[in-house]
Amino acid sequence: MTTSPLPPDEEQASQPRDVAYWAKQGSTFKVSYAPSGALNLNVDGRQGLSPLQGFGQMWQKTYRIRLEGANIQPTEVIKTWKENFPKFWPKGNRFYAPLTGIAPGEVALLNLSMAGGMALSTGVLVLYADDESFTLMTPQGHIFAGWITFSSYEEDGSTVAQAQVLIRANDPVYEISFRLGGAKKEDTFWQYTLTALAEYFGVEAQVQTQRICVDPKLQWSQAKNIWHNSAIRTTLYRVNTPVRWVGRALRRKPETKN
Amino acid sequence: MPQANVVMNVRKISNTVSIIDIKGDISAFAEDTLMEAYAEASTPTTRTIILNFGELEYMNSSGIGLLVTLLIRANRQKQRLLAFGLSEHYKHIFELTRLNEAIGIYDSEEDVLALTQKS
Repeated sequence: MTTSPLPPDEEQASQPRDVAYWAKQGSTFKVSYAPSGALNLNVDGRQGLSPLQGFGQMWQKTYRIRLEGANIQPTEVIKTWKENFPKFWPKGNRFYAPLTGIAPGEVALLNLSMAGGMALSTGVLVLYADDESFTLMTPQGHIFAGWITFSSYEEDGSTVAQAQVLIRANDPVYEISFRLGGAKKEDTFWQYTLTALAEYFGVEAQVQTQRICVDPKLQWSQAKNIWHNSAIRTTLYRVNTPVRWVGRALRRKPETKN
Repeated sequence: MPQANVVMNVRKISNTVSIIDIKGDISAFAEDTLMEAYAEASTPTTRTIILNFGELEYMNSSGIGLLVTLLIRANRQKQRLLAFGLSEHYKHIFELTRLNEAIGIYDSEEDVLALTQKS
């Protein structure tokens, strides 16, 4: 007995409601657009990470801000956040949005400023995006292994905007830097972002921060992640810039005619 | 606050194996229901918790995050987490998020129970 395929509208109806919101491709990063001025390093070909592939302690940190007095729906908050995502970031840190915007499967480049004047070139993949939330996934070499979810919802008559990270430091170097002030810097980053988002809607409010250590154990089997450390690789790239310039100049040198 | 649109039923297969049947949506709102189901499924002798996703209707990225925290809780109790009943779409999600590297995925309840009997 043969079975006829379902008509297109019935086939769509049989799919789970979340199908359209998840990235379609695998977890290997591919940069389709590198804007002028963006340093495109440590992204193409890298594997995406869950918190399970990281080295350090696993943390769930939640940053929330209530948009009291702003008559705005959660869907409008997320729409605005997606469209203006880089604008709410602290100065010195660049998020190069994909051409099509924050949409499932898109890869964005990040150029971040680190302690001691170091720079870090990495990226994120849009793992999931619907009308009320979107989630970014980090690649090998990023400071964290894991996900960050931006969402908005109604609570007790107000609209709340939230950023929640579920992460491990990717390797021992990042874990040490976390413990030596990096974790606080990360809190400051997202508190700044949420405050800037609230100000966009004309609201001044405090960010509430909750930190939960989900797993205090280090995963020593993942110490090898240091091979992909994007901070070290970006630094080496920058240090070798003069060498690359000389190399290019030598390759362009015209031949002498006799 | 929206209610969790999920129902979870616990079946204790043996002293060492429990199954959590999931019906509905897994999102952030399912946290309490999932953790209560885990608490019921987990006994001092439980070594394997099996998640039945056969009637899963919706899962967002917050839902995947819940599975990660559930996995950590189970591992802390020296329990392994297995799963069956995932549709092709949700198998893709498990691969995309690399959860499949930590949660064993099987096609049917028979397959996963056969594994637990071998070990």
